[in-house]
Amino acid sequence: MQKMKLVMVGNGMAGVRTLEELLKLAPGLYDITVFGAEPHGNYNRIMLSPVLAGEQTIQDIMLNDVDWYKENGITLHLNRKVVKIDRRARKVYSEDGTATDYDRLILATGSTPFILPVPGNDLAGVVGFRDIHDVDAMIAASGHYRHAVVIGGGLLGLEAANGLKLRGMDVTVVHIADWLLERQLDQTAAKLLQKNLEEKGLKFLLRKQTAALLPATQDGGEKRVGSIKFSDGSEIPADLVVMAVGIRPNAALAESAGIHCNRGIVVNDTMQTYDPRIYAIGECVSHRGIAYGLVAPLFEMAKVCANHLAEMGIGRYTGSLTSTKLKVTGIDLFSAGNFSGGDKTEDILLSDPVAGVYKRLVIEDNKLVGAVLYGDTVDGAWYFQLLREGRDISDIRDHLMFGQSRVGDVGHQGQHKAAAMSDDMEVCGCNGVCKGTIVKAIKEKGLFTLDDVKKHTKAASSCGSCTGLVEQILTSTLGGDYSPAPAVKPMCGCTDHTHEEVRAVIRKQKLLSIPETMRFLEWRTPDGCASCRPALNYYLISTWPHEAKNDPQSRFINERAHANIQKDGTYSVVPRMWGGVTTAADLRRIADVADKYQVPMIRVTGGQRIDLFGIRKEDLPGVWADLDMPSGHAYGKALRTVKTCVGSEFCRFGTQNSTQMGIDLEQAFYKMWAPHKVKLAVSGCPRNCAEAAIKDVGVIGVDSGWEIYVGGNGGIKTEVAEFLVKVKTAEEVLEYSGAFLQLYREEARYLDRTVHWLQRVGLDYVRKRVLDDEAGRKALYARLMYAVQGEPDPWRECTTEGEARREFEVLEA
Amino acid sequence: MTEWIEICALEEIPRQGTRKVKSGDAHIALFRTQEDEIFALADRCPHKGGPLSEGMVCGKHVTCALHSWNIGLADGKAAAPDVGETPTYPVKVDAGVVFIQL
Ligand SMILES: Cc1cc2nc3c(=O)[nH]c(=O)nc-3n(C[C@H](O)[C@H](O)[C@H](O)COP(=O)(O)OP(=O)(O)OC[C@H]3O[C@@H](n4cnc5c(N)ncnc54)[C@H](O)[C@@H]3O)c2cc1C
Ligand code: HEM
Ligand code: SF4
Ligand code: SF4
Ligand code: FES
Repeated sequence: MQKMKLVMVGNGMAGVRTLEELLKLAPGLYDITVFGAEPHGNYNRIMLSPVLAGEQTIQDIMLNDVDWYKENGITLHLNRKVVKIDRRARKVYSEDGTATDYDRLILATGSTPFILPVPGNDLAGVVGFRDIHDVDAMIAASGHYRHAVVIGGGLLGLEAANGLKLRGMDVTVVHIADWLLERQLDQTAAKLLQKNLEEKGLKFLLRKQTAALLPATQDGGEKRVGSIKFSDGSEIPADLVVMAVGIRPNAALAESAGIHCNRGIVVNDTMQTYDPRIYAIGECVSHRGIAYGLVAPLFEMAKVCANHLAEMGIGRYTGSLTSTKLKVTGIDLFSAGNFSGGDKTEDILLSDPVAGVYKRLVIEDNKLVGAVLYGDTVDGAWYFQLLREGRDISDIRDHLMFGQSRVGDVGHQGQHKAAAMSDDMEVCGCNGVCKGTIVKAIKEKGLFTLDDVKKHTKAASSCGSCTGLVEQILTSTLGGDYSPAPAVKPMCGCTDHTHEEVRAVIRKQKLLSIPETMRFLEWRTPDGCASCRPALNYYLISTWPHEAKNDPQSRFINERAHANIQKDGTYSVVPRMWGGVTTAADLRRIADVADKYQVPMIRVTGGQRIDLFGIRKEDLPGVWADLDMPSGHAYGKALRTVKTCVGSEFCRFGTQNSTQMGIDLEQAFYKMWAPHKVKLAVSGCPRNCAEAAIKDVGVIGVDSGWEIYVGGNGGIKTEVAEFLVKVKTAEEVLEYSGAFLQLYREEARYLDRTVHWLQRVGLDYVRKRVLDDEAGRKALYARLMYAVQGEPDPWRECTTEGEARREFEVLEA
Repeated sequence: MTEWIEICALEEIPRQGTRKVKSGDAHIALFRTQEDEIFALADRCPHKGGPLSEGMVCGKHVTCALHSWNIGLADGKAAAPDVGETPTYPVKVDAGVVFIQL
């Protein structure tokens, strides 16, 4: 069969990104032909600013050279503009009259600088700032002329002005509004910026409207601009005029072919134009009435478009939130979201004019909705993240202004400024990845997103505490802000649905198995991946206990083998010791098992129990049978230990019997599966020997009863548990902690520890559900009791013959 | 020798599941996909030697239990961006019985 023909008009960042995504999904599906009006391969347009400033060269910013097209079998026509589309015959015509057939067409024509309709705008020396040609013209002019005028005080204009100044020209920025970057900054921040730029030698004329460009007094040859005249009659010299007053989507080609355009080429959520064979993407489109002028949203569009071209037909582009940065070395500026404020918003302000720092955070309904940072933008990526997630910030509000490091989310050696790190400093402590490795991968492999970096370097792919640092490195290496994470994060690459949506559907539709759920939600892969399957399995069994089907093949090996896999493929076995209490008989049996199976190491765990290491998988059922103790679930997303202290029975300080309380809690909850591991502790007095303050649920005995703390964590990032409630009796301890755990089981995302979930929903929410609503609390507790009732002990199940046993048997050949 | 050796009944491998096979010193991992296709790989991840038989079978690859590399069941190759390869063994199913060539 003949391949379908895919033609792309426009060889820029959005278009080529689409091809890259398409080649990943469906290599060889199409014969691809690309037309580009420029004489170059695809280059990183946003880096033209550093090129103009002399900080990088054209070579540095090439993304796909001509060889890349060859290697991928793409026919490339450079320097050839497409001038006509014949939709009926399905042909495009280029300037030289040649016709090319298509089955699918991508329009990725980008945009062009808007040229003010004033007399003299066609004189030599009047340029836009859009492509390599413009940059060459500016660099050439800087060698021969003195006076440059940039019209437009937006991001582009300021970057152009900065570059020309660094090239030795005398630069004036003319701006029509009251302050610079009026769409990105409030007036205070803009004034600081202007002051800093003036210190760099730039001049500004605000509230000035250009009336005409006048030619220089003739010295023969072409007519070149010589001065600029304003509507108030004043005039200044100008040998070079850069128009940076905005861009216009290149929609004329589409419009002439009868495709509906409204400023941009109008597309739907699958990036199709009104002609379904024709897709459009990038700056030339108008999506839900918005034309984007930044790379991050264009890359999201590219992903969606490629998916549909690959005939997978899943994925929608639903719009993007954007943030801006100014790429002028030495000036730190970041803005995102809505910062103009309103009736319902509150501001948190920090202004230090002497140090040149200004920060403004705009908050609405306990959520961050906008941010303007000037002078110190280290936390830009973090604020942007908070903004996109719509996370409740009431618990961190006091520290919010002081940034992520004050909230505790820093790299392992306490760094929070990636720029200050040397190349050999470790960024990701989990996978041992250094800054230099990340920078190298970004440069050599052309990475743009956090996900790319995770995949290629493994940095930030385990515990995630270095994510902020990695984002900073990405930003500083690329120079621009690309972070394209959508506002809502899907569960994994197999679906567009979020964890919350999936949970809700499982409940509403009463879905009882993984295949049923995947069918209902139109999963993209036939049977999921190693990250969604365990999550789905958990959601099913926690929502419909005793009804949904547990799928052992969708559990990680630890939960399948009911033991912890070690790096050499052997296992470790931790039997339960209720509340850390053991007996001589149990210890004797453990000793006998250790002898019989020649266990290479026996250790006491951090959770007050005994761990037998180095056991062969085949031996596990035998070990369990001989131990004859319940499973410790030390391998599972489940209740691990309930650590206890001595308590009032023996301890001279003890006010409560913490050991018994711990045993009761452990026996009540030990069979529950959870989104992640759950650890409890009970101390008998405020001396807190059981370290209850860093547990998911920590109970501390006081003279008049018990205090319950929740959301503690002693792991990668230590989190101190927050006080939930004080109760009188042991029964109440069970009910309140059980209700809390059940709420967590029902509402958290898979792999959320209690602390992560709490940070998202806020402690107030938990108080409302567990403290204020008595009937609700009792119902939660009852649901937990129902879920664990009659659950078999996983070890006992495997010691008897049958299917469960097979997991441990080795076949012979 | 290219002789087919009988291993077990198809039903003894769970769908989307794995079994370990031992032959002398050789450790082999058997896989059964959702679609009932059978594959065999050396039970050794190209990354750090993790046992692939402990992984999770998704589509036509297995995700290693130790560090989540994805290994193709048909060709034994690690999915990009990781690089590596583990040997494959020919297998067939005949009347519900699984055979392998070593
Ligand atoms: C100096 C500068 C700095 C920037 N800085 C940032 C930044 O910091 N962050 C950020 O996110 N964004 C930035 N941008 C914006 C970003 O570069 C654009 O959003 C992005 O490049 C648009 O991609 P595109 O593929 O839609 O268009 P383009 O990259 O413009 O590609 C369109 C291509 O199509 C060609 N073409 C048009 N019509 C035809 C035709 N009829 N036939 C054949 N070819 C045709 C054009 O010549 C062009 O090469 C910056 C832009 C500039 C100019
Ligand atoms: C593959 C990864 C891991 C394995 C195999 C593992 C295994 C274990 C085991 C067997 C114990 C003894 C607990 C018990 O008695 O039940 C333990 C304790 C502990 N683990 Fe892990 N763990 C892992 C990852 C982590 C991570 C990522 C964290 C941090 C988030 C963590 C934090 C702890 C803490 C704080 C304890 C002590 C518990 C206590 O004192 O009560 N572990 N771990
Ligand atoms: S926490 Fe209090 S009761 Fe428990 S062992 Fe320590 S001092 Fe004794
Ligand atoms: S036991 Fe825990 S802390 Fe120790 S090496 Fe393993 S994961 Fe790290
Ligand atoms: S050993 Fe398999 S992924 Fe590391």
